[in-house]
Amino acid sequence: MKKIILSGLTATLMMSASSVAYAVDLTIESWRNDDLAIWQDTILPAFHASHPDINVTFAPTAPAQYNAALNAKLEGGTAGDLITCRPFDSALDLYNKGQLAKLNGLPALDNFSDVAKSAWTTDDGSATFCVPMAAVIHGFIYNKDAFKELGLSEPETQAEFTAVLDAIKEDGNYIPMSMGTMDQWEAAAMGYQNIGPMYWKGEEGRLAIINGTAKLTDPEWVKPFEVLAQWGQYLGDGFEAQAYPDSQTLFTLGRAAIYPAGSWEITGFNNDADFELGAFRPPLPNAGDKCYINDHTDIAMGLNPASENAEAAKTFLDWMGTEEFAQLYSNALPGFFSLSKHAISLDDPLANEFISWRAECDSTIRSAAQILTRGGTPNLWSGMWTASANVINGTQTPSEAAAGLQSGLESWYEPQQK
Amino acid sequence: MQNREEALKRKKRPFRWHILIFLAPAAIIYTIVMILPLAETLRLSFFYVDSTTREVSFVGLKNYLELFFNPYWIGPFLNALWNNTYFFIIHMLVQNPIGIMIAALLSMYHLPGKKFYRTAIFMPTLLSFVIVGFVWKLMLSPLWGVSKGLLESVGLGSWFMPFLGREETALTTLAFISVWQFIGIPMMLIYAALLSIPEEIIEAAECDGVTGFSQFFKIKLILILPTIGIISILTFVGNFNAFDLVYTTQGPLAGPNFSTDLLGTILYRTFYGQQTQPGDPNMGAAIATMMFLIILLGISIYLFFIQRKITRYEM
Repeated sequence: MKKIILSGLTATLMMSASSVAYAVDLTIESWRNDDLAIWQDTILPAFHASHPDINVTFAPTAPAQYNAALNAKLEGGTAGDLITCRPFDSALDLYNKGQLAKLNGLPALDNFSDVAKSAWTTDDGSATFCVPMAAVIHGFIYNKDAFKELGLSEPETQAEFTAVLDAIKEDGNYIPMSMGTMDQWEAAAMGYQNIGPMYWKGEEGRLAIINGTAKLTDPEWVKPFEVLAQWGQYLGDGFEAQAYPDSQTLFTLGRAAIYPAGSWEITGFNNDADFELGAFRPPLPNAGDKCYINDHTDIAMGLNPASENAEAAKTFLDWMGTEEFAQLYSNALPGFFSLSKHAISLDDPLANEFISWRAECDSTIRSAAQILTRGGTPNLWSGMWTASANVINGTQTPSEAAAGLQSGLESWYEPQQK
Repeated sequence: MQNREEALKRKKRPFRWHILIFLAPAAIIYTIVMILPLAETLRLSFFYVDSTTREVSFVGLKNYLELFFNPYWIGPFLNALWNNTYFFIIHMLVQNPIGIMIAALLSMYHLPGKKFYRTAIFMPTLLSFVIVGFVWKLMLSPLWGVSKGLLESVGLGSWFMPFLGREETALTTLAFISVWQFIGIPMMLIYAALLSIPEEIIEAAECDGVTGFSQFFKIKLILILPTIGIISILTFVGNFNAFDLVYTTQGPLAGPNFSTDLLGTILYRTFYGQQTQPGDPNMGAAIATMMFLIILLGISIYLFFIQRKITRYEM
């Protein structure tokens, strides 16, 4: 008994002694409680190795409670020094309320492109308030064994893509593509926003809508809907009542050959599928076109202006812009890709395939994510869910769907009213 | 003399505090959990919060005018109102008649397994919406569901379709699921009402040669009409407040293409927001107030025009 108490005491003493050795303590607020082990075992030890004078603790909250809990902590003055930022308006709100510090001039920010920073920059571009961490990339994951069996190769263009789908359908052993329209968002995120950037030319098209120089009824915005309208015939029987988890299961069971995807599926598919997985990027409208991918910004890190250790926190944020962090983070979480400009190599072949597209294509984000979903009714992003699902179901024509979205946007968004 | 009389009078009418004291618990609890929230909802609907500056301002009826005259509000609202009415009609046409029929069968003297049926039919009512929604979604799933196989086994395979995924069938399917879940309630109430019909009346009817179906329609049904009225009101209020089943099976966007959108789901989307759409508690409160008024109107129509015409018989 005595021994236990003694050893307990020694342990406590040692622990307090070791924390005395650190000059500064930092706490990270985050909603990624799934990543706790990754931060504790991989990322933070690497930082501590190079910065022994700073001790960082990763203190996540459950995702659903994060926004509310963080607000309460920020207002009560008990929030951590570093704050994980959600993209767009929710982080912007915090900045406007003075609860995120302006980070302009932080050297780390130079390692990120403007697209990467767009989710955490004010509308006029004057202030950036979070260091981008990761994005998810859209594309198609396919069953390599099935492709080998049917003698198919990865399609490059839309024509080849259709040919591949037709070949799988004709063979009849596999469902050509696993997607359902029951949950609607798959149709928008993995359908419209996946293939769309190729047509509306990524950032160029997205900004044109924001500036009001283009309309959602313009051909480059209607064309992806026309492509989606063809998808219905290649989906499984009863796809109208197929939900998101159904689609995942259908693919990992090996019953479907192609899965319109986001890179966040990589870890799950690696675990569940017992066939070889491959990935190809969204098809080009025509051979030789410039290619654009949807590289959607998802997570970043900001600084609490009330932090007493702002200098140490900035040191940490700067470290987050290094190649070392990018490498560690992207490998620990395959499918969540660092947004930095460094060329990173990944161990996971599927994740490597996804990230390789960044070198070949221009990145853009989901077209309805920034500004266009602000405050107005009807909400453009929800509208895209319904419109994309309707087009695939065949209950709305592509031009009707586009017209509906455009008139909804025009009803409240001034730049589009001209 | 006079003084004594006055004194007596005063003594006769002391303030009867016990009435207030006995009423207080119910009145206080009811005020806290019902009246205050209602008043607060009404108050909330007269305000507007600026999304960027967080400034709260009194705007009077602006939220209501927006709801009625902005096509992007009134369109979905009317759609939800119609869907809700349809949902109610299905319940009135299917749930209540079948409930009455089952109750009539259960109240027969010699029905073997009566207790089992009564319990089994009432059981789904006790289940959570989440379980009911999930189980039915799974059964109706075109991929793993049993419904396709069941239909095929009786030669009706061609009748199968993704019932929850088609605009034409989704709402009707959901209404039937809801009927399946709640049929126990009219059944139980009617069953209790049927049991309370005195033996003498039935015996007298039998002496007069009124038996079987005509006994049910000419005597029993008339006697349980007040209960049927109560059931209709319960169904009406329950249906116009429905939300959970649609939310668990079709998600907050009440797909496909808003064909299953009820007043409850439109209120939820508006009040709490959805994905990138921020919640708008003030507009949500305006919709909630409209729902309250619609239900109030329905109940008033029932009370003033229908209930008065129902004759009650002493039994």
